[in-house]
Order: sequence, then C-alpha cells, then structure tokens
Amino acid sequence: MSSIAVIDYGMGNLHSVAKALEHVQPGVEVRVTADPEQVRTADRVLLPGVGAIRDCMAEIRRLGVDKEVREAIASGKPFLGICVGYQALMQFSEENEGIDCLGEFEGRVNYFGDDLRDQAGERLKVPHMGWNEVQQSIDHPLWANIDNGTRFYFVHSYYVKLAQREQVAATCNYGVDFDVALAHNNVFAVQFHPEKSHTAGLQLLKNFLNWDGRA
Amino acid sequence: MALAKRIIPCLDVENGRVVKGVKFLDIRDAGDPVEVAKRYDEQGADEITFLDITASHEGRDTMVHTVERMASQVFIPLTVGGGIRTCEDIRKMLNAGADKVSINTAAVFNPEFVREAAERFGSQCIVVAIDAKKVSQPGEPDKWEIFTHGGRKPTGLDAIEWAKKMVEYGAGEILLTSMDQDGVKNGYDLGVTRAISEAVNVPVIASGGVGNLDHLVEGCIEGKADAVLAASIFHFNEYTIPQAKQYMRERGIEVRL
Repeated sequence: MSSIAVIDYGMGNLHSVAKALEHVQPGVEVRVTADPEQVRTADRVLLPGVGAIRDCMAEIRRLGVDKEVREAIASGKPFLGICVGYQALMQFSEENEGIDCLGEFEGRVNYFGDDLRDQAGERLKVPHMGWNEVQQSIDHPLWANIDNGTRFYFVHSYYVKLAQREQVAATCNYGVDFDVALAHNNVFAVQFHPEKSHTAGLQLLKNFLNWDGRA
Repeated sequence: MALAKRIIPCLDVENGRVVKGVKFLDIRDAGDPVEVAKRYDEQGADEITFLDITASHEGRDTMVHTVERMASQVFIPLTVGGGIRTCEDIRKMLNAGADKVSINTAAVFNPEFVREAAERFGSQCIVVAIDAKKVSQPGEPDKWEIFTHGGRKPTGLDAIEWAKKMVEYGAGEILLTSMDQDGVKNGYDLGVTRAISEAVNVPVIASGGVGNLDHLVEGCIEGKADAVLAASIFHFNEYTIPQAKQYMRERGIEVRL
C-alpha cells in the first residue's frame, strides 16, 4: 500500500485532511509527521497549512520543513500544497508586513484589500469564505472527473498570483482574478480546501493518490 | 459567477445527542448528530454547526468525540459552539476536527479572549456569536442590544458597536442571532442583520426565527447576510436543503447546487 506524508509543522488541525485521505483510499498509510526520514521515504507528500504566514514560515524553518519540501519537489514524487501550504511555495507574501516564503515558484501572495468590490460595485467581505467556482486552465490528472467550474470551499484573505502563467492550473474571481491552482511537473497546489469540499474535494484527493507525478 | 451564499443547518447537541429532535424518515437514529450531519452533507449543506448545550464538563468531552466522529465521515466545514471559554477548549475542538469555533458569552465577559484566540489560532477559525434584541421603541431610532443567557440578561452593549469591536479583536465571522425572533418563526430581524453586515468587513451568518424559505431569501437580499443558518425547518423535513437552494436560486441568489 502506498504512503503519504502530511507534513505537520504545528499549524492547524491535520485531522480532517488525514481522514479525507483515508476515506478516499482505505488502507493508505497516512503519516502526519515532520520527521525528515518519514517524509523522505513516503511515496507522496502533502504540505497543508492554516493561519498567519509569519507563524507558518517561522515553524517551517525552525523544523527544517523548508529542506524537506525542497527535497520532495526535487525528488519527482507527487507533491500537493493546500491553502497556506500553497502560498508558502511562493517567493513573497504581503501578509504580516511582508514575509519571504520558500521561493519554490515565482509568484506573490497579495491581500484582497479592505474595499473589495464585485463588478456591480457590491462590497465583498474578506476573508473570502465559502464556495466559489474554480475555472480550470489546463487538463491535468488532478482534475479528472471534476467538472470545470465546480465550486470548492475557500477561506483566505490573501491570494496567489503566479509569475509564470503556464504554471496556472485554475483561476477564480473574487473582486480580482487570482490563481487558485498551480501545476508544474510533480507539484500541484491549491488555495481551496479539498478536504472540506465535499465530493469534488474528495475526488481531487483521490486523483492525487492515484497520480504518478507526471502532468 | 460569484461566491455562493451558504446554507448552514444547525444542531443543538446535549451530551452527544441531538435535542429538539430531528426527523428523517430514513435514518434509524435521528438522535446521533453524526448521522444527522451526514444526511445534511448528502443533501448538499454548505457547512454544519453544532451547538453544544451540555451543562457539565464531562458532557463536553462527549462533544469532542462527536466532533471526531463527524470529521472522519463528513467533509464539509464544521463549526462548534457552546461552552467555548478558553484557548484549551478551542485547541481540543480544532484538534478533533472542527474548522471553526463559535465564542459567545465568554466574549462578552472577556473580550480579550477573542483577541488571544485569533492570534493563536487565526481569525479564520474564530466566529463570534452575537445574540441581539431590539430595545428601541416604535418611533425611536433602531437600537439593538447584546443579551446573554439565552436572551434573558441584557448587557448594555450596543449590538452594532459590539460587532465592530469583535472584528477589530480578530473575529473572522459573525454569527448573528436575533433573539426576539428566535423560535418565533417570523424570520430574521433584517434590520439588525443588514446593519451589522454593512458595518463589518467579515462574513455575517444570519440566525434565528426561520420559518419558511422566503426568510432565507430575505436574509440574503434585505439582510445582506453572507450565510443563513436554520434549524427546525430542516430538522422536521418541512423543507430539504436542495429545495431551499432551488428556491433561493430562482430568486437570483447564487447558491452551490
């Protein structure tokens, strides 16, 4: 049976994502861990994350998770980032007066703003919380059996803009257009929470567990 | 294309059992919150709220187990409220699999608790519940006050000012229950719902008094709520979640179908 390391750097509850993985693939070995050996020997790696980026980055560096992430990405094994685990892969985040992130991909994490409005001029609340439509930009094994435009569950106040447009796997609009999924070689990363997105989210996790890391 | 308004069924849970009863013809045990949550999940609820009304400490541990069971089987967001008084209470619920906790009375008695909780766990998981009652007389300018103890104890706090303060302290969402309406089934108090929704920049969940599907529509349109919470209209199969969503969509409200 295959194994997946869910990297635990102390930020938020990993129970849901672990349970969702076990739910879509009974028998999968889910390792909720920060131990480099456990991560290195897993078939797949998942980087989750919630909360403020400053605290996340501090813990990522303190626990040596930055090195684990770099190695996992370089190894070619399937890698999935979720929410702040996606944002952390970028170069820089505006949150907490500006924080340098892992820089695995060229991109920035920006604030939605305090006066966000839709096209009709209606004010939009921040955080962007709830179910929004995800527009797939590319065909990818992780989108298998998921309709374009399907709603996923989001909760975030900062959004990713990727510099390399060919890495964009999906976009969403909430006052601004932003990049809600990244695909590059063996890496896939999403801003929404698949573990909280009902059948579509579970399908994405299932696709990840069946993915060989090739786009 | 826009963010969908959320429909949130709410379950009152005491000692690990649903109280007030929930009737689903095809569930064997309608008293088990996890069974009920699963049914709402299948129907397409956007979130679930568990409100723990257990009085004792031992009963609270039962809630932790209920949340754990729920989180292993239901993959939509879960908010847990009732009896959240310390960061340790929050940590337990989040570790068990809750996505958000709702703080009510503890916020009124100790607003700093909200700040502490938001700093430690992030605003995204801190909901502040506000129980508001209209205190102005007809003819006077509208005024709503915060009440505690199920609407029995006035606090002297102005509901709109309080909501703004809670957001400043780090609340990521406001769960607004209009008390004079609660259980009466006359619909949400749209005045206070709209006033608070316009006064704060975080999502507002309207709660209290839903008796029919028009109330859900009004809550979104006139009340400008970002989400609508209801209990009894769903529990007794008066309406299903898909019926509610269809009805709202026909009236121009964006929903997740």
